[in-house]
Amino acid sequence: MAEMDTSSGGGHKKGPGVKKPKKLSTRVDLTPMVDLGFLLITFFVFTTTMSKPTVMKMNEPKDEKVEDQMKVKESAVMTILLGKGDQIYYYFGTLTAEGASQQFKSSNFKDIRQIILDKKRAVPDGDKLKSDLMYIIKADKESKFKNIIDILDEMSINAIPPGHYAEVDMTDTEAELIKLTEAANGIK
Amino acid sequence: MGRAKLPRKSTNIDMTAMCDVAFLLLSFFILATKQKPPEAVTVQAPTSVQSKAAPEKSILITLNKDGKCFLMLGDDTKKKEILKDINTTRGLGLSEAELAKLNKMAFIGMPLGQIKGILAINQAIPAEKLDGIPIKDSANNELVDWVRSITNAYAGGSQKDLEEMILIKGDMEAKYPQFKNIKYALKKNDIYKFRIVTNSETIPPGSELYNKPKDQKTNF
Repeated sequence: MAEMDTSSGGGHKKGPGVKKPKKLSTRVDLTPMVDLGFLLITFFVFTTTMSKPTVMKMNEPKDEKVEDQMKVKESAVMTILLGKGDQIYYYFGTLTAEGASQQFKSSNFKDIRQIILDKKRAVPDGDKLKSDLMYIIKADKESKFKNIIDILDEMSINAIPPGHYAEVDMTDTEAELIKLTEAANGIK
Repeated sequence: MGRAKLPRKSTNIDMTAMCDVAFLLLSFFILATKQKPPEAVTVQAPTSVQSKAAPEKSILITLNKDGKCFLMLGDDTKKKEILKDINTTRGLGLSEAELAKLNKMAFIGMPLGQIKGILAINQAIPAEKLDGIPIKDSANNELVDWVRSITNAYAGGSQKDLEEMILIKGDMEAKYPQFKNIKYALKKNDIYKFRIVTNSETIPPGSELYNKPKDQKTNF
């Protein structure tokens, strides 16, 4: 090992009155330097892997005339509405004036995954109805950017094939219903 | 009976070798990492399970949490053309020198009417102080003009390449209508596919996506 001979002695004796100059050790304790090195390594490792930006693909439909819009079967449709304060509201089929209060349910991002999955599994695989399955996502003007990404993510997590979910503008009736539910639930 | 005494060994270890290793690794990591491009606008991106790496050259539309929109033209080869195009199509009346100055700016985040004034100030203005590109509604959406100039500049190339370059980076707290207006600006210029910058998130175990065979997972 690279060590220097620092031992004195063995040399020729000097007179009794002559002071020997004390030889200092040239060994440095490298432990703090090693600590620093590894600290910096950890820092670099963490910052590089964490800051990798990723992207999510998004396909938008062409704006079509109302007459050209795709018709979907009522029984196979689930409409998901995104509201204020990370709240989700949903209903199956179409809203009817008298049944709206029963149809319209509230949920959150934790529970919606199971609800989406249940709807998907309600129709067995290979059934003709499976191809009619449709999720309609409508975002309220009070909802956040995060919410829309999260719900699209839920679609990916539940392996809903592309083309079976779509983002649509909200109707006034739905906006009104959300407002009423928010008022009743005390969401600000 | 006297026991044989074990010779006491020193607990000092020679740290030189370990120090060498540590700094070798350190220099490797410093050299191997690519420097993150400076971010003019700080945005907290949402998380997603879809995690494809972002392209290197990109046209980044940033939406911060106050709903302000900023445009970063990452592709230097076309940047000049884009600026020149918007100068003529919108009649901004910028001189060559002003265009060159605009070209040097890291991002664009002001209404078209303010560009001349801001260039005259002659110093960098932080993003918070700028008004952002107006994207209020479909009638007052200057991003439409910007995207049109971008599509004009890339007119020769393939549509797919352009689509792969367009990134939207939104803050988690940004409101939905602003995002919708950005989408409107892109759709107005026949861009129906784009990418959203997200942070990756692990796929929840047990979910349908998790159980899918590996080769289909990335096939969204």
